[in-house]
Amino acid sequence: MTEQIIFYMLAIAITVFSIMAVTSKLIVRSATYLLFVLLATAGLYMLLDYYFLFAVQVSVYAGGIMVLFIMAIFLTHRPGTEVRTKHGWRIGLSVLLSLAGLLLCGDIILHNAVRLYQFTDAETITMQEMGTAMLGSGKNQYLLSFEMMSVLLLACIVGAILIARKTNGSEKETKETDQ
Amino acid sequence: MLIYSQPLEVTQILDTVDQFLRTHLSPGMVSLSKGILTGLLLLVAYAVIALALIYIERKVAAFFQARLGPNRLGKYGVFQSLADMIKILIKEIIPINKADQLLFFAASFFVIIASLLAFGAIPFGMDLHAIDFNLGVFYLLAVSSLGVIGILLAGWSSNNKYSMIGAMRSGAQFISYELSAGFSLMTIVVLSGTLQFSEIIEGQRYCWNLFNGHLPAVVAFVIYLISGHAETNRGPFDLPEAESELTAGYHTEYSGLQFGFFYLSEYLNMFIVAAVATTMFLGGWMPVQIKGWEAFNQVMWVIPSWAWFIGKVGVMIFLSLWVRWSFPRLRIDLLLNLEWKYLLPINLVNLLVMVIIVLSGFTLTELFPAFFGR
Repeated sequence: MTEQIIFYMLAIAITVFSIMAVTSKLIVRSATYLLFVLLATAGLYMLLDYYFLFAVQVSVYAGGIMVLFIMAIFLTHRPGTEVRTKHGWRIGLSVLLSLAGLLLCGDIILHNAVRLYQFTDAETITMQEMGTAMLGSGKNQYLLSFEMMSVLLLACIVGAILIARKTNGSEKETKETDQ
Repeated sequence: MLIYSQPLEVTQILDTVDQFLRTHLSPGMVSLSKGILTGLLLLVAYAVIALALIYIERKVAAFFQARLGPNRLGKYGVFQSLADMIKILIKEIIPINKADQLLFFAASFFVIIASLLAFGAIPFGMDLHAIDFNLGVFYLLAVSSLGVIGILLAGWSSNNKYSMIGAMRSGAQFISYELSAGFSLMTIVVLSGTLQFSEIIEGQRYCWNLFNGHLPAVVAFVIYLISGHAETNRGPFDLPEAESELTAGYHTEYSGLQFGFFYLSEYLNMFIVAAVATTMFLGGWMPVQIKGWEAFNQVMWVIPSWAWFIGKVGVMIFLSLWVRWSFPRLRIDLLLNLEWKYLLPINLVNLLVMVIIVLSGFTLTELFPAFFGR
């Protein structure tokens, strides 16, 4: 009963804020609504007793990615002004595309929900199990993909440094303009 | 292990409340009313601790600056922060012209909710723990990272360039130092082998983590204190709100209770950092105990666990205030250099050293199980 009430509250919050995130004309506000959606999703994980995913959702999406989004929005040209929709046909196209996406996802969920339910009859997953699953090389363990991921992230960092690094010429210029 | 008599613990009161609720309500209502009671208690504790901290801060600041501090209202001015609270409650909330009202309003809530969520996860004493996740430390790091969004939104939605610069500085500072704080806590997680606060505290029964992990633990402790201090925007790291150049930084435009939210959360974040440092490094609420000295241990247990917690946290807070009033403010580039060029590399090496020490059994509990073993 209590869980159902909380679920409906979260579900309503997710739906309303997703719609508001898309329809809002102010980009900072839509970022904030998106943040609310992500937080409510974290609440759903909490409701499922899947605390690890809850903490990951909050720290990675809400704490990390949204901060990046907001910082990036601040860097854009006049984030406070309202965005005007110019092309009517684009709205129709995006409605069609999102409906198609909804149908596809709905179909997948409908046919796999029963199977998924059978997978998750285990007890609450502890941090230790999570750690051994992530860093083990046996069956159902993910050391290889974990390492691949870290190599990918390392490549991203190197790329970011390469882009951000000043070449000698431009460094002089910025120094002059600073003074 | 002997059962110690603990006359001043709150366990009995909690049990009585639990029994009372169980006899009078249905099981669903019991959990609901328990949730509401816990929430109310946490909110009250939040406000009371903030008021106490504001008074302590002003007194300690006065002490460091060789003046008297608040001394008119009540003996030694103890009611000063209460009066300030009433003043802030009845002040008008001024809407800012051409500001984004919704985000302006929401930002202050973001900041206080993030700190309240983190506050709820702290073990205040034996059985005085609202929720004991098996990933307590991770949860704390996750929810405390939400506060920076509130600060960024506050700075932007105020439509004021001082607020904006303050918010950007604060964002950069918070994100940078959060890394260090996280890594230093992870060092201790490696040492304790768990993320759960109750198990971390239980593991420090005879030997605090600070001593158990000797060299890397002390390094992690120092780094955590520095980065925790920086995360709360205080002391030498308070350049987001540097008065001389940015008036009050990201909360310049706020007034009344909304400003009060920022003010409260700043003080409570200091408390949270001190409490986490206490729990991770100094044994949390666990009384000082020496293996084999049963009489001594008995005497130590007579002092209730919450008093131990308050005492240890008080020392950490005094340290924080001491630092705040002793060092001059850093420049923003020096501040970011300190984090990215010094603290973070030291931290990564330190984590590795800790792993080697734990794996090769060089912790104090492994070396001297007769004195420090569980």
